[in-house]
Amino acid sequence: MANLPQHAGREAVRTKGWLRAHKWLILRRISQLGILAAFMAGPWLGLWIVKGNLASSLTLDVLPLTDPYILLQALVSGVSPETTAFVGAAIVLVFYSLVGGRVYCSWVCPVNLVTDTAGWLRRKLGIRGGSQTSRSTRYWILAMTLVLSAITGTIVWELVNPVTITLRALLFGTALAWMLVLGVFLFDLFVTHDGWCGHYCPVGAFYSLLNTWAPLRVTAAKREACDDCMDCFNVCPEPQVIRPALKGADKGVGPVILANQCTNCGRCIDVCAKEVFRFGSRFSNDPKTGVDNVKQIQAIGS
Amino acid sequence: MAETHDDKKGISRRQFLSTTLKTACSVTLMGVGLGFYAQRANALPPLAIRPPGALPENDFLGACIRCGLCVRDCPPQILSLGQLGDDIPTGTPYFIARTGPCVMCEDIPCVKACPTNALDHSLTDIEKARMGLAVVVDQENCIAFQGLRCEVCFNICPLRGDAITLEYRHNPRSGKHAFFIPVVHSDACTGCGLCEKACILEKAAIKVYPIEMAKGELGHHYRFGWKEKAKAGHALVTPDVKHHYNLPEGVRYELQGKGLIFENQKAQPSSGEVPFPSNPLQSLNRKRKESE
Repeated sequence: MANLPQHAGREAVRTKGWLRAHKWLILRRISQLGILAAFMAGPWLGLWIVKGNLASSLTLDVLPLTDPYILLQALVSGVSPETTAFVGAAIVLVFYSLVGGRVYCSWVCPVNLVTDTAGWLRRKLGIRGGSQTSRSTRYWILAMTLVLSAITGTIVWELVNPVTITLRALLFGTALAWMLVLGVFLFDLFVTHDGWCGHYCPVGAFYSLLNTWAPLRVTAAKREACDDCMDCFNVCPEPQVIRPALKGADKGVGPVILANQCTNCGRCIDVCAKEVFRFGSRFSNDPKTGVDNVKQIQAIGS
Repeated sequence: MAETHDDKKGISRRQFLSTTLKTACSVTLMGVGLGFYAQRANALPPLAIRPPGALPENDFLGACIRCGLCVRDCPPQILSLGQLGDDIPTGTPYFIARTGPCVMCEDIPCVKACPTNALDHSLTDIEKARMGLAVVVDQENCIAFQGLRCEVCFNICPLRGDAITLEYRHNPRSGKHAFFIPVVHSDACTGCGLCEKACILEKAAIKVYPIEMAKGELGHHYRFGWKEKAKAGHALVTPDVKHHYNLPEGVRYELQGKGLIFENQKAQPSSGEVPFPSNPLQSLNRKRKESE
């Protein structure tokens, strides 16, 4: 019954058509490339929509945005930044707390384009296995960078952060940064499935913490229709988040994906031929969703 | 049934502990590596000058968020961001005076652009900026020291007459010409680097260095007697004793005055037998025979 990883999404294309089977992917690419274009219009075309980069930026000379994780490193290193930075970070914090912290990862971060490509190629080439690293490593790294920032008095992660270095490479021009991008690509392709974003990146780890109470969620609303084709597991960058929601009917777990590593990328929605998933809110999370009627009656009766 | 359950739990706990420990160890190792890299990568080469208002380097590296907004708002576009693999900490702004010096904009847009105060917003007068300090570092090649008229660094200096002055000196080579030596004053120099850029040599003889590298520091115990005396109004070491000169009767000596004063004609030496030659070197260089 289960489909091969390289065939993930094929069934959905057949039943829903190509466009609907790629809806969220296309929207996501528009978002990612649109943000890149907004940043690059300045230095490349002289059209200054956004100045700065993902560490801190100023949009249309009014909207300040600051990465709260980088600001946090600055704070623990023992400085007191200007209020602009706090305002910028507050806006970012509120936004991602509503739409889901890791929306940053899947809808904004330029590295996602690289790791998604690596993941896609990995599926198509049928590369499997690789090193077994705990997915919680990123939280350890997150903690480590904060401790190290406090010890050294500098913003430590910015020395090597692929997220900002990639964008800076595009905006300010640089050569060696591409080696880092290539490194992430090869690592994801050959060493570990979703290696960088899913295991090591402390930026994503930080944003996943903002995800904890976000109302906007993917929900397996029609989970009773699941035919175990495994396509969603194969395309998901954090497959461990799906199971509790999708297969939780018997255990009294609601259909909403509540795990904070979910990036709200919506790819599972795209590839599901049975249209099990959709975006929804964390509040419509009735555990009885998808429990078949007989069991429901039994449950009520007992 | 209960036993196997316990067993399972025991194994999973052991597994959990060992994975946690493994992760903790490898991340710690990674942290140590990153820490050492940070130490190396955070050392700024002396040629890289921070924008105006930059906090002291240690604070700057904690405060600068690496956004590049100062780079964008710099009108002459002289600022760059350190890149991975550079000697300059990744993503932090700097300029190289010889290729692109700071032009000292009056409204200091780079400082205004900084969202984190890494470029101190309390700096509102660009003349108070201390980006570095110019040093006439190669006196052998600076042509002013050869007695040639150059003065380009002096003339380009936005604080000409305060930050760089010309010092007049006698030129012993020709005997009749003057040296006009450029002298930098740290109380006025902003370290903008216009002088370094303007230096006419193949390689600049005047260079901007980070202040802590350019400035010497006197031993903290050291005191200049004349300054202390002026401060206190009197000598602090030994009381001022009027110097006693061993002079022949009827002869006085006035320090910083007329010199030897003969009070009566009798004491006035006749020509040929002056006890004190007018040139002090003559008595200092006396040969042993003469002194006996």
